[in-house]
Parts: sequence; structure tokens; C-alpha cells
Amino acid sequence: MTTTINPLESQELAAPVRWRTPGMLTAFALAAGCAFVFFQRPGTTTFRLSSENDAIRLPNLEVSTVPAGVGLTIALLLLAGYSVFLRSSGRKTPRWLIAVFAVLLVAGFLIWAGSGGTLPVSGLLVATLGVSVPLILGSLSGVISERVGVVNVAIEGQFLAGAFAAAVVASVTGNVIAGLAAAMIAGALVAAVLALFAIRYLVDQVIVGVVLNVLVTGLTTFLFTQVLSPNNQQLNSPPRFAPIDIPVLSDIPIIGQVLFSQTLIVYLMFVAVAAVYYGLFHTRWGLRLRAVGEHPQAADTVGIAVNATRVRNVLLGGVVAGLGGSYFTLGSVGSFNIQMTAGAGFIALAAVIFGRWDPVRSTMAALLFGFASSLQYVLSIMGSQVPSEFMLMLPYLVTILAVAGFAGKMRGPAAAGKPYTTA
Amino acid sequence: MSSNLTSDTTRSASTEQQAPTNSPSQPQAKTTPGKWRTVLREISNGNTIINIFSVIIALAAGAILIGLTDEEVRESFGYFFARPTDALRAFWDAVAGAYSALFQGAIYNFGRPGFLNGIKPLTDTLTYATPLITAGLGVGLAFRSGLFNIGGRGQMLIAAGCAGWIGFGIQLPWGIHMIVAVVAGIAGGALWGGLAGLLKARSGAHEVITTIMLNYVAFYLLSYLLRTPLLQAPGQSNSKSAPTAETAVLPSLLGERYTLHFGFILAILATIGAAWLISRSSLGFRFRAVGENPHAARVAGINVGKTYVMAMLVSGGLLGLAGSFQVLGTTTSGFTPGIDAGIGFDAITVALLGRSRPWGIFAAGLLFGAFKSGGFAMQAAQGIPADIVVVIQALIVLLIAAPPLVRAIFRLPHDGSKLTDSKKVATA
Repeated sequence: MTTTINPLESQELAAPVRWRTPGMLTAFALAAGCAFVFFQRPGTTTFRLSSENDAIRLPNLEVSTVPAGVGLTIALLLLAGYSVFLRSSGRKTPRWLIAVFAVLLVAGFLIWAGSGGTLPVSGLLVATLGVSVPLILGSLSGVISERVGVVNVAIEGQFLAGAFAAAVVASVTGNVIAGLAAAMIAGALVAAVLALFAIRYLVDQVIVGVVLNVLVTGLTTFLFTQVLSPNNQQLNSPPRFAPIDIPVLSDIPIIGQVLFSQTLIVYLMFVAVAAVYYGLFHTRWGLRLRAVGEHPQAADTVGIAVNATRVRNVLLGGVVAGLGGSYFTLGSVGSFNIQMTAGAGFIALAAVIFGRWDPVRSTMAALLFGFASSLQYVLSIMGSQVPSEFMLMLPYLVTILAVAGFAGKMRGPAAAGKPYTTA
Repeated sequence: MSSNLTSDTTRSASTEQQAPTNSPSQPQAKTTPGKWRTVLREISNGNTIINIFSVIIALAAGAILIGLTDEEVRESFGYFFARPTDALRAFWDAVAGAYSALFQGAIYNFGRPGFLNGIKPLTDTLTYATPLITAGLGVGLAFRSGLFNIGGRGQMLIAAGCAGWIGFGIQLPWGIHMIVAVVAGIAGGALWGGLAGLLKARSGAHEVITTIMLNYVAFYLLSYLLRTPLLQAPGQSNSKSAPTAETAVLPSLLGERYTLHFGFILAILATIGAAWLISRSSLGFRFRAVGENPHAARVAGINVGKTYVMAMLVSGGLLGLAGSFQVLGTTTSGFTPGIDAGIGFDAITVALLGRSRPWGIFAAGLLFGAFKSGGFAMQAAQGIPADIVVVIQALIVLLIAAPPLVRAIFRLPHDGSKLTDSKKVATA
């Protein structure tokens, strides 16, 4: 019942899919070509690069859809062809090629879908980051926890607990920082239960995680209906974090407002990504953590306390996920609501696996999901012809395609999901 | 329920080293003692006691929650040291009121005249249990094959769409119509589940990711179809389908007075079928072999990828059956995208509580059905949110999975068989 994939399994199943990347690229290029060339949407798409209040204003970028579509189709086909050529001469498709391909594909899609409208580039990016912040923090929590050998399916529960605690404590104290602290403690509490059952009582980690999600959902819903909603004014009207402009940096065109005019939680998120990346791969803490997750017996032999390391880092993961939960109440919405995380914890879990248990790649995966989510939002505002339900499906379809098409079989930390018992 | 989750985990950890000794066809199985001996041994081994104590602890925790969040209790706690009896009485009143409403809503209502009226809650319990059992079987079967099917929601929604479309979109004679609709539902669920299995077998995409994502895709797909003439009721402006045709509605078992429908019989048959499939068929053997150790299964010549696809097809089919019960039995007046009613997720807890064994799941489904039926009654009668039931259920599953914790709380002696179990792991 463990969710990790074992190395042996991956060797055999990975064999028949060697042509996958070139194949996928060709398929995407052809599909895009069909859309851009045969289902032309003549007109111009305007990209708004800066808003009225920006210090440095850039002119709008106007693109004529038909020539741009044809040009991009040719470029995409060339890239796919080069990938096929590389493959047939026995070489792998380089990563930069996939990245360039993806950027061109998205650009082409935006130009095509946004025909006749104005697309706020900065708004799209702000929305992307807004959706991604909790996902990134949740996936960091998952990365820490799974790298140390404990599968963390309870991210959703940690989010909800964090969001709930942040809303209540910030409302009672009137202090956002207190709310933030409460969220972290709540996340750590959920993680403590996970650690207790998974490490002390050797219960299957996935089971504990799933049940904890149910438990926290039930608990917060019960307390919300029974206690919070009758006393909404006192208990569920927290103050919210105000955005902080970082001087100079926030004036950079396009990305300035996106990255440097955000709330404290977002800045903490930036710090967390860098810290987890550096800590995991460049410090003694990270080395020990990974050793415990990959080969606990070896780690034990050299004197690392396996279970103590696991407990500490699962708690740390809980703190990070609780921080992510606080974003729901103190960062975006403002008050707690029943099941307000709406499955974000599961998306974060997907980002962990899609990001191959790597903090930076998981962050990218979370950003990809956030981008797809906000894309559907922006396009539906622009008056797209596609039914809204299909646009809402987009982020989930993108994730399936990404996982099935490009990521494929992935190998997680070897000891994740397995309790460590000594003789 | 002879073994518990703890030993399951340790066993799967030890299979890495000594897979052959765990093959299901051990010679020991032939010398199994009689049924009653097994039952007696289980009681003395403490598993039954653990189960009972787990339920007691969970109910006690629920009682504390109900008591502490009660308006009156909190007021009387304000002057606790002046008159402590007030607070304690208010606490007792709140908890007793809640749990008696829960019992009367789940088993027998003493407030109603006559046995036939009083017993109605029990039949409601069975009605609620019907989809929980079938869906739980689906999730449990995937568990046994080493797959974690979180996609119950999507599979049920697609099934509801298929069964519903047959149910009101097509004219067929009574009986045949019903069968065709149920089969369509099963096929829809199997298709959606099999898709996740195929993705796993073909590209190695993790089923946890794909099933979650397919849940959302199914939800939006059904939401869209419910706005189109294909599923939307004529003259409707919101996303709701037409009512299921009389000929396709599952007949009620005990007359019009009760909600219990033929689906319950199908759920029993599904349990028997799943039990046979798991323990007697060669397909079930492959499921279990792959679930225990995919590498060993591959070495033994089992096509692991194909087994994953088959397991997800069967699992999705069972969840599809649960989805068609929703449309053809429970909500026959037309459905919305929320027709799954969270059963796809409840099914996971049901399967865990039943330890992925068909009859264990049956019992767990009955228990959760009782909680569901009682929870709604409690909410209506006492104004206590039914979500407390979710908390109690989760606690039960969590506690049953950790017998040492329950033993520690009640200071029960350690179980001998478990000790040897852990020794085995240590030497492995």
C-alpha cells in the first residue's frame, strides 16, 4: 500500500517509452499547428505589459494572430523534428529544447485564444503566484517529509488546520503574526499525529495521512458550524497581511509587481524554497535527512538517530504546510470557510511527485499548475468561446499530461513509506 | 480480521527480503481450525476487544467535543466553581441528547408509534450503507493490488452520468431497463478507473496523481454535460438531469414506506463476488501477488502492468456500481454534479476500517451507514453538525490501526502473537 515506486519496477516499465519525449513534442506541435492554421482566429491579440500605476511603463504588445500562429507552428515543428532527429541518432532530447518548446506553445496558445482581446500579462502572473503560494509551501512540506522517509498525504489536513488556526487566533488577538504562528503550530500538531502513528505505532503512512485529512476536515467543519459561524465577528474576522513593496525592485516592469509587492507569507515562501533547496543538498542537516530517507540502516550504522530525525523533520514539514494553510485565511480570502483548501493539498502532493521530490522542481510543478489555473480564469474573463467547464478542467488535464507524458515513472526516496524498526 | 494493519505494514516491509514465504498458498492454510475456534481465538487475541475499545475512545472524544462546543455548557462553565453541578449536568445533557439522537436515527426510534415506524432508521442505515459497501469494496480491491484509488469520486460521477442517461434517455421494458442502466454505470466507472490503470501501466504515472486529477475532470465534464440537452432535464435552467424513468428505478425491498432498495441485495452479491474474486480466482491471486510484491510477481511471470489495468477496471466498476445506486436508487428525482455525496472519499475510510477484506468492508460499510443515518437525525433533532460523525469515524480507523496505543490507554496486556510478529521482522 505504499505509494513510492521502487527502482526495479521503473527499470522494466521505462524501457518501451524511450520515444516518448519526441513523440509527445511532435503530437503537440501537430495539434497546435491544426489549431493555429486550420482553426484560425484572425485578429490581433494585445498583451498589456504594464498597468497605469507602474513607475516604468511599457507599451502594449500587439500581435497579429495569423502570421504569428503560422510562424510558431513552423518553429514548434522544427523543434519536434530536431528532437526526433536526436532520438534517431541515439541522443536524448535536451532539457532546454523542451523548455523553449513549452514557452512557444503557451505563447502560441495565448495569441490564438486571446484573439481580439487584451491580455493582462502582469495580472496573469500575479494570479499564477497567488494560486501557487500554498501549493509551493505544501509541496516543500511534502519534499521534506518524504525525503526523510515518511509519506505525507496529510498536506490537505495541515493546510486546513493552519487556515483554521490562523483565522481564529488572528481574529482573537487582532495580530496577523500571532495567526501565522498559530498556523505553523497547527500544521505541526497534525504532523505530530502523523509522526506518532507512522513512526511510533508503525501504521501505514498513507493510511494515517488519508485518515488525518478526513479527521481535520471533519473537525474544522464541525467547529466552524458549531462555534465559528455563531460568533463570526469575534472568531472569524481576522486582519489580513498587507502587501509590502520592496523599494526599487517592485518597480521593475512586468515582474516587479508580481514578485516584490507581496505579503509576508509570499516572501517567507521565497525564503523557504531557497532554504530547503540549500539545506537539503548543501548542509549536514540535508545529508542526514536524505540518508535516513534513502537507507535508514546505513544512516543508523553511522550513528544517526533514524526515528528522531524523522520525527523532527516531519514536524518541520508540518510547520511549512501550516504556513501554506495560513495563506488561505490571512493572505487571500480573509476568513475561514468549510473545506476552503478545496483539494490544494492533493495538488501539492502531485507537485511533490511530479517534481521528483526536489524542492525546486516541485516549486516549478506548483507554478505550472497555478499558471494553468489562472490561465483559464483570464481567458474566461476575455470572453473565450470554450465552455467554462473545459477551461476549469485545464489545470488538471495539464497535470495528467505532464505526469503521463513527460515525467513518467519516477523513483522516490527508497525508504519512504517504510517504518524503521531495529532488532 | 485476524491480522491488523500494523502487521500488514511490517509484513510488506519484510517481503523485500523474503517474498516466497509470504505466498498465499502456504501449507499452513490447510490446517486452519474451525470457524468458531478462529472466532474465539480472535477474541482472546484481543482484536475484537481492540475494535470495541477503539469505538469507545472515539465516541468519548466525540462526546468531549460535543460537550465543549455546546452553548449552554460553555455558559455554565463560566461559573463552574460556584455551581459545578450545573456545568456537569449541561455537559451530560448535551452528550446524552446527541448520542441518543444518533442511536435513534441509526437503529430504532423509540419516539415513533409501532415497530414498523420505529425500525425505519435501521432500514435507512442499510440504504446509506449500500453505496458505501460497494464503493468500499472497489477501493479495498485496489488496495489489495497495491493501488491507491482516490478517484472514487470521478468514477462514481461518470457512472452516475452513464446510468442516469440510460435511466431517463432511453425507453426499455421494466427489468431490462434497470439491468442495462446498472451495467452502463459499472462500465462508466470501470472506464474511468481503467484509464488511471492504463496510464500507470503505460507511462508509470502515479495513480494517486491521476485519480485525483481525473476526479476534477469528471466533475467538470459532468457539470458541462448537465448543461447540455444530453443530460439536462428539458425546461431546466440549472444543472440538473431529468428524473430516472420508473422502469429503471431499483425496486424497493420492503415496500414504499422504506427507502431500502434492491441495491442492497446487489451490494451483498458484490461482497460475495469480491470475496470469491480475491481469494478463489486466479485473477484475484494475481491482484494479491502484485499487491504484496510486484517484483516477485513479475519474476513469477505475472504481467504487472496488465494486472494494474485489470485491478483499476474492477475497482472502478465497483465504484461505478455505487454511482449507479445513487442515480437509480437513492436520488431518482434527477441528479446534479454533487451526486457522489462524498461517498468516493468515505469509501477509502470504509476500506481501511474493513482492512481491505470484503466482509470486513461489508461490516465497516454498515457501521458507517449507521453513523451517516444517525448523524443526519442528530443534526435535525439536536442541531449538532453531522460532521462530528466524520471525526468519530476517522478516530475509529486511526485507533484500530494502532492496537498498541489502545492497549496502552486501557492498560491491556501485550498480545503474544504480535510480539513474535515483530521479532520476525527484526530477524528478517
